[in-house]
Amino acid sequence: MNVVVCVKQIPDPATPGQLDPTTHTLVREGKLVIDDSDMYGVEMALQLVGTAGSGEVTLVSMAPNGETSGLRTALAMGAAKAILVSDDALKGSDALGTARVLAAAIKRAEPDLILAATESTDGYTGTTPVQVAELLGLPSITFAKHIEIDGSTVKVQRQTEAGYDEVTSPLPALVTVTAGVVEPRYPSFKGIMAAKNKPVDELKVGDLGLEASQVGQAGAGQQITDVAAAEERKAGEIVQDEGDAHERIVAFLDQLKVI
Amino acid sequence: MALNKVWVLAEAFEGKPLPIVLELLTEARSLGTTVEAVAWSPDIDAYAAELGNYGVTKVHNIDIGQSLPGAPVATAIAELVQAGDGPDALLVGMTYDGRDIAGRLSVKIDKPVLTNVVGFSDGASGPVSEHAIFGGSQIVKAEFTGGSPYIFVVRPKSFAAEPSGGGAPEVVNHNVSDPGVTFAAVIENRHVEAHEGPKLDEAAVVVSGGRGLGEAEKYSMIEELAKLLKAAPGASRAIVDAGWVPYSYQVGQTGKTVKPTVYIACGISGATQHMVGMKGAKNIIAINKDQEAPIFSIADLGVVGDVHKVLPKLIEALKARS
Repeated sequence: MNVVVCVKQIPDPATPGQLDPTTHTLVREGKLVIDDSDMYGVEMALQLVGTAGSGEVTLVSMAPNGETSGLRTALAMGAAKAILVSDDALKGSDALGTARVLAAAIKRAEPDLILAATESTDGYTGTTPVQVAELLGLPSITFAKHIEIDGSTVKVQRQTEAGYDEVTSPLPALVTVTAGVVEPRYPSFKGIMAAKNKPVDELKVGDLGLEASQVGQAGAGQQITDVAAAEERKAGEIVQDEGDAHERIVAFLDQLKVI
Repeated sequence: MALNKVWVLAEAFEGKPLPIVLELLTEARSLGTTVEAVAWSPDIDAYAAELGNYGVTKVHNIDIGQSLPGAPVATAIAELVQAGDGPDALLVGMTYDGRDIAGRLSVKIDKPVLTNVVGFSDGASGPVSEHAIFGGSQIVKAEFTGGSPYIFVVRPKSFAAEPSGGGAPEVVNHNVSDPGVTFAAVIENRHVEAHEGPKLDEAAVVVSGGRGLGEAEKYSMIEELAKLLKAAPGASRAIVDAGWVPYSYQVGQTGKTVKPTVYIACGISGATQHMVGMKGAKNIIAINKDQEAPIFSIADLGVVGDVHKVLPKLIEALKARS
């Protein structure tokens, strides 16, 4: 059971985001961290490989600047190795360009199962994983809340508006993991030390057989034409709770005629 | 520049068009001259009539069997595009299946997708889409640099739905010719979870809880308050990620967009991730013990206090009235 997990390294979500003043793309310079959304896929992959009793977890990531610190976090959790596609030509890639790169890199790992988050925290287009599946000609199941492997079949409980669907697919397949459905393990000290020596295979766009024109700004079929401040919402009344703030809330709800 | 033909992905829920479908059809009428829909409904005649009421003149109905809709619906649309019968633009709601279809279609016809659209304006060659970023504090405008068909994935609640009172549309059934391995993801069983009260994205009142509740068990206060107010309970990403409540409760960028009459944020600091999903509420009440919390900058009534003290008293006061 070999599992590839797509992992994105993103600017720290706790710091305010910035757009490049000329290209209007998100500034991704400086230190990047593993997207929290990906931790669930990493954990799920480790559990599935553990249950299968053989195989390994390979991380696949794309970053403009050779960043590996986010990958080390997932390697410390127990992933065996990583493939990092890092190239200046990748700057400004859109979801489709990103999917082309990830699909080409994933192909090299020949996985039985590919896991990804439902969407990234910084870009949140939510289309990249399915684009990867389509490029690889594989079935996909998005928004998994539970995953089980039964021989050469993957069985998934897929989140729906009303509850969940039981969905099955032959392997290999791509599955996206909903946040919160497993508890990502904390890396142990031993894991952190071991992660330093785990292989990270760094590739360029050319190594994947892709043209520079298919990725990055050049391959992105969309552009930002304008950025403007949104209409501000004003703050209203702020009260300190002195043990009677609930009365103020009741009065407000009354005034709005919702009670 | 007006488009000639605009298609809307008409996703159904329990045999009815999702609210986002009606919102998109309404907007499609101002974007294009002709509005058509793509559906995968077993009971297409009744369904098509509802779409006709919102201006649809033709429905492309696709037989998807037991497959998840993503691959077969995208395949059928791609076949129509390649046969020269495609649209100038396709509007897709940002739902579980909507993004699956948009993503697969994008690869099949080699066109990019613009996602998280919240509005449109006129551009030189096609529509310019608007996107709320950084918690909705800024609006980015974007356009495609290549030719049509343009694929837009639109956030729910971006447009108000209004019927136009059209008649029953023409229905064209499509069987997808070559079901490849991508069709092999099939639905074996559906589970409907018991649900009381209004739906999160349709409720007039939403009560949401966040990390400030301290522990998963305390979410019961949110549920109790929601019940008293006939409201839907919601959540911040932090407590969904922590596994306290299911993903379907999440309000925000990676969750649902809500625009209720009243939104009550309890123990939610107001990360940009959350605010983008609820700042369209008519009235916002926030309870948080940190008076520097960003949520207070958009609250109509902000209570600086401990949710563990304020909520029980609020619940008692509401019970006393009912």
